[in-house]
Amino acid sequence: MTEPLLSLRGVKTDIGRYHILHGVEFDVPEGGLTMLLGRNGAGKTTTLRTIMGLWRAAAGEIRFAGRDIASLATPDIARLGIAYVPESMAIFADLTVQENLILAARSGPPDQKRLDWIFTRFEALKRFWTLPAGNLSGGQKQMLAVARAIVEPRRLLLIDEPTKGLAPAIIANMIAAFRELKDGESTLLVVEQNFAFARQLGDSVAVMDDGRVAHTGGMAAFAADSVLQQHLLGLGMDTHQ
Amino acid sequence: MKRDWLPLLLIPALAIAALPLVGSPASWVTLTVAGLAMGLMIFVMASGLTLTFGLMDVLNFGHGAFIAVGAFVAASVMLALGPWMQAESLWLNLAAFLPAILAAMAVSGGLGLVFERVIVQPVYGQHLKQILVTTGGLIVAEQLLKVVWGPEQITLTRPTALRGAILIGDIAIEKYRLLAVIVGLAVFAALALTLNRTRIGLLIRAGVENGEMVEALGYRIRRLFVGVFVVGSALAGLGGAMWGLYQETVTAAIGAQVIVLVFIVIIIGGLGSVGGCFVGALLVGLTANYIGFLAPKVALGSNILLMALVLLWRPQGLYPVAKR
Repeated sequence: MTEPLLSLRGVKTDIGRYHILHGVEFDVPEGGLTMLLGRNGAGKTTTLRTIMGLWRAAAGEIRFAGRDIASLATPDIARLGIAYVPESMAIFADLTVQENLILAARSGPPDQKRLDWIFTRFEALKRFWTLPAGNLSGGQKQMLAVARAIVEPRRLLLIDEPTKGLAPAIIANMIAAFRELKDGESTLLVVEQNFAFARQLGDSVAVMDDGRVAHTGGMAAFAADSVLQQHLLGLGMDTHQ
Repeated sequence: MKRDWLPLLLIPALAIAALPLVGSPASWVTLTVAGLAMGLMIFVMASGLTLTFGLMDVLNFGHGAFIAVGAFVAASVMLALGPWMQAESLWLNLAAFLPAILAAMAVSGGLGLVFERVIVQPVYGQHLKQILVTTGGLIVAEQLLKVVWGPEQITLTRPTALRGAILIGDIAIEKYRLLAVIVGLAVFAALALTLNRTRIGLLIRAGVENGEMVEALGYRIRRLFVGVFVVGSALAGLGGAMWGLYQETVTAAIGAQVIVLVFIVIIIGGLGSVGGCFVGALLVGLTANYIGFLAPKVALGSNILLMALVLLWRPQGLYPVAKR
């Protein structure tokens, strides 16, 4: 069996006095898309932030490509080839779209072919290339946040709720972009509340509940098991289907 | 995006509003140039502080120490090169003045590096401790200045080439103030170019907005912050040297005196905004000079009043920085 690209074992994270993660364990196989699902407050965002080193794991092991990264600083984790798209998008509002992408391309000016590919998926970014990112609409900001993560090839993309508040047309473009990425160069770990989106894209799934991973497995099997879905995700998820 | 010109228009609006009150156009020009010179010297001192606050949320009340050290170092060099300062030759004047300025910047920058490592670094993210520790640092620095240079004030004489005024009809413009305007504009242009035309500038602007995301993109913002802190300290040293020569006296309290104006300027401008700091500094300089002429008794409070009015209009300052 091949070693997973990312592996979490017994990861615990505290924020102040609060214990948020209570020993998270799951694997992200290389070359696919793993969906991290769960109810609000289950610990999905904290898990992504802990992997990225933005919150320090109090205990446990986070292995990326065979290396323990739990004690590394965030910039060093990013330089291993991990990109992060936070739920808040965190685009630089005072910088133009172009400047946001220039900054995200660490190795030099963004590759034009790569940009052209991004523009086929997220056309608005080309249109508003020289506009301050703060002037973009919510959906366009989300496109920029994702584009920033993929402006250069990265081994692992951590994406937190990419479809939140997006129009269906933009979601379709995002699905297409993520498909191309997972079929090509990248592995994706995506936190998502929109189960319809998750079901379409996910190869595997990890479902969190109360700071732990309550279920792992293939997405197809999980999507077929409505009892398990209801038990782990609640009825609220049905509204997205 | 539409550029926000409104705060920038406040500068000519203030100047035009002052003209009928001042009465004499010659006095008005003199006061305006004096205000611009004062404002630009404060801008030079404040620009680094606003960036360090924007980048790392560091409230550095010890910034006045870099101003004072810059003033003392420059004074020492200029006194040591006294004959060149008093010579009639412009080149000899420059040969004394420029090394004094460079030495002030170098020593203040070096002190900034030590200050950041020893005093600021242990209190990241703790505003109350930052205020206490950096204020303590300022007090210690003041006392150390008295130990090294003595408790008496140092009297400075400007270089021969910078004494007196240029006369245009009835209008007298002090040469030194003109130099202060040129230096201030040059510093602003250099900062604007760096921030808007270089990758390091992009990183600083992005870091001021969201340092965490800059780190998540793979950049070490701590190193960037140390660099900005050192450059900001060096600029404070430059401003201190200019201010000392402007007042023609240097005392250990010079930093503590000016730091109040510096904080007013960065609050008016919007914490973290260099453009805002520039506009705020010019408004403070002009207001202080116009009010000092029109109603000397209220001059001391005029800047506080200006700050209050600006914050009533824009509570986050003239150019608030988009945050996280």
